[in-house]
Amino acid sequence: MQDTATRERFEQAVLPHLDAAYNFARWLTRNEHDAQDVTQEAFLRAFRFFDGYKGGNMRAWLLTIVRNTCYTWLHQNRPPDSAVEFDEEIHSSESSGGADPELQVLASADKETLHRALDELPGIFREVLVLREMEGMSYKEIADVASVSIGTVMSRLARARMRLRESLGAALGKES
Amino acid sequence: MSCKLTQRFVPGYLDGELDLSRTIEMETHLQTCGECARELERLQALRGALQRGALAYTAPEGLRERIQSSLRVSAPTEARERASGWHPLQFSRPLLLLRWAGAFAVLALCAVTAWQFLPGLRGPTSDQRLAAEVLTSHVRSLEASHLMDVASTDQHTVKPWFDGKLDFSPPVEDLASDDFPLVGGRLDYLEGRQVAALVYQRRKHFINVFVWPGAAGSNSTQTLEPRQGYNMMHWSRGGFQFWAVSDVSATDLAEFVRLLQTRIAPGLK
Repeated sequence: MQDTATRERFEQAVLPHLDAAYNFARWLTRNEHDAQDVTQEAFLRAFRFFDGYKGGNMRAWLLTIVRNTCYTWLHQNRPPDSAVEFDEEIHSSESSGGADPELQVLASADKETLHRALDELPGIFREVLVLREMEGMSYKEIADVASVSIGTVMSRLARARMRLRESLGAALGKES
Repeated sequence: MSCKLTQRFVPGYLDGELDLSRTIEMETHLQTCGECARELERLQALRGALQRGALAYTAPEGLRERIQSSLRVSAPTEARERASGWHPLQFSRPLLLLRWAGAFAVLALCAVTAWQFLPGLRGPTSDQRLAAEVLTSHVRSLEASHLMDVASTDQHTVKPWFDGKLDFSPPVEDLASDDFPLVGGRLDYLEGRQVAALVYQRRKHFINVFVWPGAAGSNSTQTLEPRQGYNMMHWSRGGFQFWAVSDVSATDLAEFVRLLQTRIAPGLK
């Protein structure tokens, strides 16, 4: 059966990226149940568009579909991410100089604090960090997945890191 | 911030995105510039913290099996006929699918027969068949929560989104200034081929515009009889076929089509 062959080919090529797909969906939807539904739907869509896959980076191709599925889903089920800002200016940080308390903060940040800080970032920042730091993707791959330019990836990544550092600093500064 | 290189090149250095000569330059620079060195150290600490936090999720137990079994009752060829409307209910009912597949085969056979033996019927038959497909796609796009793959009111976002996903580049125009804002786009299937679907909004109503290369029989704009409360119009221009479908009034749709044609006309003949 040709259909069975296609399905097997699809499963062999795409299923190895299930964890990456789920992780991405999980961070974008911020909910376990929704992430499962979105991942499943993304795989079905990927299967439907498998004919159109022209070779190349399978993981980036799949994550692009996961992202589209997530945002369609979020668009229909949740109010827009109120914290998302689309100005791409890098806002400069206030570096205080002297001894570096920030390094101590980063060294002492526990898993929960890190999770919360990342979870609270606006979606456009969260996604570039997940793709860069967890999936180890290049700027070019991230640009493809997020449908933006490499310059935009760089500026979002810079802002995302800055915000994460600030919110970790604030969270841990309060405790000590 | 006094060192100009800090923000420009330290992140790229950290991420291994600089070219060789710039990398060597940065390595030398880092030995003398405290600011860049400190920034790099912080970014490395941030990366270390994220990795230490082991924040990546793995797919939960059972999700792989769930996906595999849902793929089993789907199939690319079959899915294509059903266009973009993914409906969980139908996937869980293979019998219904078989019946649909059967019905479709009969329909396809009829269409082919008509096409070959009844040249006089060719125009209207293919038109009406297409109209039915267009209407089904429109209704599904609203029902099956698949209205948009790319949600954007910016034509410069929507148009490039199609690049690489289609073997053609559809003309995309926003009509927000005429109260028909572009709200997004998606891929769809009509007549067994991928087409671009552009989504416009009129108050609470959506208008789907399907675009694909190819010339229709005539250049004039055709207005179809309303079907199930939906109005449809189609035309061809600049080597593209356009089908617009919506539940807005016939007058509104005609106005929309007129505006779209005017807007697209300058670039295309």
